[in-house]
Formats: sequence, structure tokens, C-alpha cells
Amino acid sequence: MIIGIDVGGTHTDGVLLSGNKTEKSIKIPTKKDNLYESVIEALDSLIEKTDPSKIKRTVLSTTLTTNTVVQNKTSPVAVIISAGPGIDPGYYKIGEFYSIVKGALDHRGRELIPIDEKELAKTAEEIKKLGIENVAVISKFSPRNPTHENQKEKIFSKTFKNIFKGHNVSGHLNFPGRINTTWLNAAVRDSYEDFFDSVNKSFIERGIKSPVHILKADGGTMPLGESVNFPAQTIFSGPAASVLGAMPGSKKDIDSIVLDIGGTTTDIAILANGDPVIAQSGIRIQNLKTLIRAIETKSIGAGGDSWVRVEDSKLLVGPERKGPAMAFGGDLPTPTDAFVFLGEIKEGDFEKASKGINSIATTLGISPEDAAEKIADKAAQNIVDAFTEKIFDLNNKPVYTLHEFLDGYVLNPKEILVLGAPASVFAKRLEKLSNIKTSTVKDFSIANAIGAAMAKPTCTVTLFADTAQRKAYAVSENYEESISQNYSREDAFAKAKSLLYAKAEKMGADMNNLEIDTIEDLSFNMMRGYRSSGKNIRITLQIRPGLVAV
Amino acid sequence: MLKAKKKTGLVFFPAFDWAIDPSHPEREERLLYTKDQVFEEGLMDIEGIKEYKPAKVTENEINRAHFCVPDIQTVTTSSHFISAGGAKAIAQKFASGEIDNGFALVRPPGHHAMRVVHGGRGFCNINIEAVMVEYLRKEHGYKKIAIVDTDCHHGDGTQDVYWHDPDVLFISIHQDGRTLYPGSGFTEELGGPNACGYNINIPLPPKTSEEGYLYTIENCVLPILNEFKPDVIVNSAGQDNHYSDPLTNMNFTAQGYSKLTTLLNPDIAVLEGGYSIESALPYVNAGIILALAGLDYSNVKEPDYNPESLKETPETIKYIKDLCKKVMGIWDSRNDLKKRVYGNDPIFKRKRNIVYDTDGIYERQFENVTNCDKCGGALKIDSESDRGWKITGVHLPINACEQCVTQAEKWYEDSNAEISYFHDNKNDRFEKKKR
Repeated sequence: MIIGIDVGGTHTDGVLLSGNKTEKSIKIPTKKDNLYESVIEALDSLIEKTDPSKIKRTVLSTTLTTNTVVQNKTSPVAVIISAGPGIDPGYYKIGEFYSIVKGALDHRGRELIPIDEKELAKTAEEIKKLGIENVAVISKFSPRNPTHENQKEKIFSKTFKNIFKGHNVSGHLNFPGRINTTWLNAAVRDSYEDFFDSVNKSFIERGIKSPVHILKADGGTMPLGESVNFPAQTIFSGPAASVLGAMPGSKKDIDSIVLDIGGTTTDIAILANGDPVIAQSGIRIQNLKTLIRAIETKSIGAGGDSWVRVEDSKLLVGPERKGPAMAFGGDLPTPTDAFVFLGEIKEGDFEKASKGINSIATTLGISPEDAAEKIADKAAQNIVDAFTEKIFDLNNKPVYTLHEFLDGYVLNPKEILVLGAPASVFAKRLEKLSNIKTSTVKDFSIANAIGAAMAKPTCTVTLFADTAQRKAYAVSENYEESISQNYSREDAFAKAKSLLYAKAEKMGADMNNLEIDTIEDLSFNMMRGYRSSGKNIRITLQIRPGLVAV
Repeated sequence: MLKAKKKTGLVFFPAFDWAIDPSHPEREERLLYTKDQVFEEGLMDIEGIKEYKPAKVTENEINRAHFCVPDIQTVTTSSHFISAGGAKAIAQKFASGEIDNGFALVRPPGHHAMRVVHGGRGFCNINIEAVMVEYLRKEHGYKKIAIVDTDCHHGDGTQDVYWHDPDVLFISIHQDGRTLYPGSGFTEELGGPNACGYNINIPLPPKTSEEGYLYTIENCVLPILNEFKPDVIVNSAGQDNHYSDPLTNMNFTAQGYSKLTTLLNPDIAVLEGGYSIESALPYVNAGIILALAGLDYSNVKEPDYNPESLKETPETIKYIKDLCKKVMGIWDSRNDLKKRVYGNDPIFKRKRNIVYDTDGIYERQFENVTNCDKCGGALKIDSESDRGWKITGVHLPINACEQCVTQAEKWYEDSNAEISYFHDNKNDRFEKKKR
């Protein structure tokens, strides 16, 4: 049996699955000040009547990292930068201590300016005086050559325990994103470690010896132990859990739109042939660019409780929420009131809902029935417009080769899967307005927990080889090798694949069912004058996110 | 947190799977390090900078700028369509007001492609700026356009496409044609009879660096633009004036290019040449993007940047100042030039030979253009190449007057060439007949 627990902002959902069957599910309010307690409360309730030895796997999804950032409970971090030519790194200032030190690499990882050990030793003293314990070291172009960051680690580790290196977070080139992501890992680690220790202890106490996994934003899992070094990856796992929860009901050979409609917001995600579309280059957290891969989601201000009003004789719905629906004690009309008025939602105070709808009807000079229909349609139309735009944006994402431009995959969704409390009342209107077959996700109120339970481990490997420099790196794997001049794209691909397999095994993947995607596969002849000086090879592979076989 | 002062659009299309041939300067690797630098800088994530995918370009959009012999498919590959589509995408976003300015960082380049295209010249087959300019005029109604070509090589293709058009001012700043391909671009190339004075060449001496180049912009290019008052300024942003470029002999820098961009303040920049792919392009492109967005580029410098060693000699600076004076003299007298240079025949004729170095083609042209005060005139080009093609192309500019339309129609009707083309940009009518 497997367990999935999704600790959300309001509710904590949990399921105990046996094969395809949901043995038990629960929904409890989240204890915002102690997410650990919410996990354990859910867990205890799920395993009440179950032999702990029968639990084969547990997956947790939490908002811990998000909360730590939003509530400003991050730990102080010293951020040590070296850059070289380009945008002045002073613009990326982050953390309690931010210092730009000597050292520079170019786009091929060649050293332009060496690091200065004395300067770094002095900087370490300064940081120590300030009482800061976490240190992040980031060099521009470190994915092309991690040496400078490793040298800095060596110096700082004499004084500090936790050193976070930029090249460990991603093989992707994006210096500001790498600075932010490395800082984030360092800043949330302390609170994450407390959580991690408590969870670990509790599982042992309950006799659960099977692996515990943490859900990441890309819809994949990593072992609890591994997550301590990369807590930033766990951010936004909630939306990922919902998308995964919709997947069992999706068809494999078509593209689908997944809509998680709540009171305030609707999250939009896309499945391409049944697999979630991933934002490979990283997402923003509170407007901070990161290198955290995530399921592509678009969150819009549209939901059951969106604010309905008339401005300049035009009916407007959202994007703000001003409070609950009038039918549920609010002061202003909402789409939920329209659904209550139309009898599509049976709960709530019909009189109060009617009052709201009537006020809109009077202003528009139409019947309350028409007003309610209009409100409901408008609310659904806002969602249709948003996912249409999202699909347009994804189909118009920049590409860098003729091949991708001419033969690139074009999304053309043929089904909509809806989850969230108002899912069923929105579904038929979404279908009418978009002309796309729409259905609600089975058990949608706990689909997120099911999604978490069934999530597969994922990981990526980026390999960079430069035969002129006779170097191959997979920096986030701490892999570095001297290569011959004859090293080929095929060699690089094979190496990347074996590194990916090793990583997947460490992540707890089912090694008999690995689906590997090639994200980048480029090899360039470097010509200097009329002679080839070598090859410049870039390979990025991923284990595709998805659901475990049951 | 960085925030762009101007909304800047970017199309980045490095065509990582296309080359003229594997060891050609125009090969897959050309923008590889630029991409690395641009992405490592995180330029695409800066608030206000947005990246777009190239648009699609139709055959008729190419016909507005070219007579392709024997047809478009034969002289292009899909990379040329996408490259032109990159420029078009930026033009679209600019015209709609979605962006304040934009940069099409695309390849292959286009500024050596003339109106008649028998093949590739100077690595160019399709003039991507001309296709874009005609799109801006036809679809968005812009009237007056200035193209400032800052590639190190004379923009002879763009000069040719707009030779007769007084509404499109062409200014090319380049290394003196006596010392570099294509060997043209002298100050006396003034434009055709109906656009005399609206083609401006500024041939700079080898070893020109920051001071001389920026002097030229401030004392020659900007005053001319101020008087011309274009609706749109396009910059053909070649990057081969760089001191490390393998094909040229200039001493310009990333700092220089960035400052040039700030001064010129183009609405749309389109990448042209530039073949110092590691030492120059990553820094020059980052600088141009930052300059367009109105951001600080003071730290964007080549690792080996040494302004002192690149400085011009006093003689070079004096030569440049005299040259600028001469160019301004021509510009100031532009209204009297036509009569002096061309006289007053009803039809002007011109004969010339054109070399296609990239594809090894030799072309002979015989040109007729009507003498017209109201428009750019009806244009007839009889062209034959050593590949055996003999064609007649009749072209009408977008602003063509009635009389010129009648003349053009007659020319097309009377034409008995192997292939005859009728390209009427005014009515977007493109016809072709074979003998």
C-alpha cells in the first residue's frame, strides 16, 4: 500500500492506496504554524487500522518552503559571488551578507581571473563575526567549470558547516537564477531540517521502514534524505500534486487541459499526450527567478468566489476575491451565488444568493435568470480565455533550431479535466464555451493526495563537453572527466545516460520502468580559422514525471 | 532587481542546425556563445524584456523586396524564411505597441541581398530588413523609414532595394570599400534619380575605434535623422567592426556598440554580420540588448578590453571628421542633386554587373526607371546570369503614382523575357509569366 499526503494552505489531504483502490482518505484543516503536526495527524488517521509493514512507500507534499519564504522565517545567508564581464552582479543582491569577490570564467569555463584565497579568508572572518552560518558560493558560468566554486567551498568549509554551491542546483546557464536558487536552498534549510528530523523520527516510531519521498514542483519525487540539500525543489509541489491527480483520468494519446478551480484562483496546466508540460528553465517565486523546474502552471484570479460587479454597464467577474459568496455569508455577489440561484449548487442560502443576483440584474436591466446565466458564463469564459492564451504561449515558445521551428510539437487539447470544489458546475459551461470535451476528475477533492501518492521519482542530468579543453562536466552530479579529442556526441550521450541511471536509482526510481526524455542534444564543431579545434557538446536528459505503475 | 526602462522585444534564432557549409563563418556555432552569454546573464528574465518566436513569412512578403530567379524556393532555404520571420515578429510587436523597441538576433543575415536574387552574396540570399520594412509599410502604414546599417561591410543589398525610394533613407557606415568586400559604398553613391541624396554612405578608414565611430553617429547620422524625421528607425546591427573580427580591420568594441545603440536609439535592430563568435559577439549582443532596454551596460566588456591600445591615430580622427563634413555637405545639397547628377530625361537607364561571391554567380543588369516627382518611379530590370537565366522584373513601389503604374503595366505586357515578373507593392499584386 502507498500513502500520499498533501499539506496545502488550508487543508491537508491524505490517501491510503492499495493498487488502484483508495482504501482510506481524509481531509483535515492544516495547522499553519506546525505543518509537521498536520502530516502526522493525517498519517495516524490513515494507518489506524493498517499494519505499518504493509506500507511500501509514502509521498509528502508540503508548503513548508513556501511558508518559510512568505512568512520571512528564512535563515541568514552569506552569498559570495564572482562574475567577470556582463551585468553588474551588484544588481542581484540577496541575503543578509552579499559580497562580490575576485574570480571570473568565460562562456566555455576558461579562467579569466583566478580566485584570491586571502580575500576569501578575510570574507569568511567577516561572515563569522556577523554570526551567519549558511554560506552560498556562486560563480558566473560555474556550470561550465565548477572549479572556482569548489575552491571557495574548501576555504569556507574551514569555518562553516553548510556550504551551498551554485553548480549543484542546475546545469542550466542563468546566473541570477542560480544565485537565487542557491540562496533559497541555504535560507530554508534550517527550518526544513527541523521538519525533516521530526518526520523521520515519527515514521520510525510508527514502524514504517519503507521509503519516504518528497514531492517536487516538477511532479517528481525525491527521497526525504536527499531533499535536505535541495529543499527549494519542494516549493509549489501542491499544484503539481493536483495535476498528477488528474492524470489517471486523462487519455494518453491526446493533449489535455487540467484546471484546478478554487474559490479565489484557478490553476491551469497542460498534459501533452498525457504527460505534464514542464517549465525546464525554472519558475519564479515571489517574483524571484529560480532554476527550479516545475510543471508549467498558470494561476489566474478566477474561481467560485470571484467578485462580480457591473462597471460602465459591463459585467465583470474577478480577478479579485472580496470574500465568500453571499450564499455563504459574504457581502458581494460571486459566481457561486449564480450557481446557487440557478439551483446547480444545492447548499448555501438561496435568499441571500438571490439578493446578490437581483442587484446585478437590476443594474444590467435584465431578468435575474439571465443575469445568473451571464455571470456563470462570464466566469467560465475568463478561464477559457486564460487557458487559450496559455496554449498559445506554449505553442509560441522560442525555439533555436530549424527542426524545432518546422517540426516542433503543437499542442491541440482535446479534453479538459476539472478539479476543485466548483468543478462540476463549471464543467458544462467550459465545454459549451470552448467546444472541448470536459469532465470532472474522479474524487477530485482528494485527487491531489492521490497524485502525490502515485508520483514517480524524477531527475535531470546535464552534461557539457569541450574536446578542445579535453573536459567533460556534469556539474550537478559532481562529475568531471578528462576526455580525448575524439570524444563524440555518442560518448557524451552514453555518459549522460549512465549518470542519469545512477541518479535515478539514488532517487528510488523503478529501474525497470524508466522513461527518459532528451531535453537538449547539441554538438557543435568549433572552427578556428579553417580548422576544427574540437567539439562543444551539450546533453540534457530527464526522467519523465508521471505516475507509478500500480 | 533589474527593470528595463523600455519594453524590449527579442527574437533569438541562432539556427543551431544550419550552415552555409561546415567551415563557413556562417555556421551552426556562430551564435552559440552569444546564447550562452545572453542566457547566463539572465537577460530574458529581466522585467520588460520579452523573447518571441519568429513569425512566418509568406512568398509574397518576399516578393515585395525581391525578384527571385527562377523562383523563391530555388534561392532560399527555410532558414531564410525564419530569419526574415524573426525580423517580422519584432516589427509586428513594435507596430502593435507591445514593445518600445526590439532586436532580431537571427541568422542568416540579409543586407547584401539586392532586389534581383540569383543566389547568395556576402552570405545573404534574402534581405531580411527589406522584407520587414515592406511589411511595416504595407501592413501598418508607416511612411518614412530610415535604415542605418552599422555592419562593417557596405550594405549594398539594402542600398540596391531602396535606391529609387525617397521614403526609405538608407545610411551605411562601413569600412572603406577600397579595403573590404563588397568594394562599394562610396559617398558619391547618392541614390537613384527619384531618391537622389537619400542614399548615404560613410566609408570609415580601417582602425576606426570608439571615438571615430561615435563621432560619426553624433555629427553625421543623428543630424541627418533629425532632418529626415523617420517614422521608424531600423538598425542593421552587424557586429564585425569589432577589433577581434577575423574578416575586417576595424577597432570597435562592445562598449562602443552599446553606446552607439543608445545614441542611435533604433526602434528595431536586426543582426547582420559579425564573425568573432567568441571574443566579440557574446559581449556586443549583451551590450546592445541592455542598451535597447535602457539598462546599465558599463560592465559589459571583452575580457581583453584595452581602450588605450585601440585608440585611433590623430590622422584617422581627422580623416573621419573631414569625411563627416563631406557627407553633411552632400545631405544639405540633396534638393539640387538630382538635376546636377541625372539631368531630366523621362526615363533613366543604368547598366551594371553584380558578383555573387557566396554562390559564384555573375549577373548583368540593365535598368530603366521613370523620372517621377510624385513617387519612387516604375522600375524595370533586365537581368541575366551566367547560370543561364534571362529575366525581366517590373517593380512598383508602395507609393507609386498613376502614371508610373501605367508605364509598369505596359513594360510587363511588352516583356518577352524567359521569365517576367510584375511586382506591384501598391496593390500587393505579384505576377509572373514565362515565355
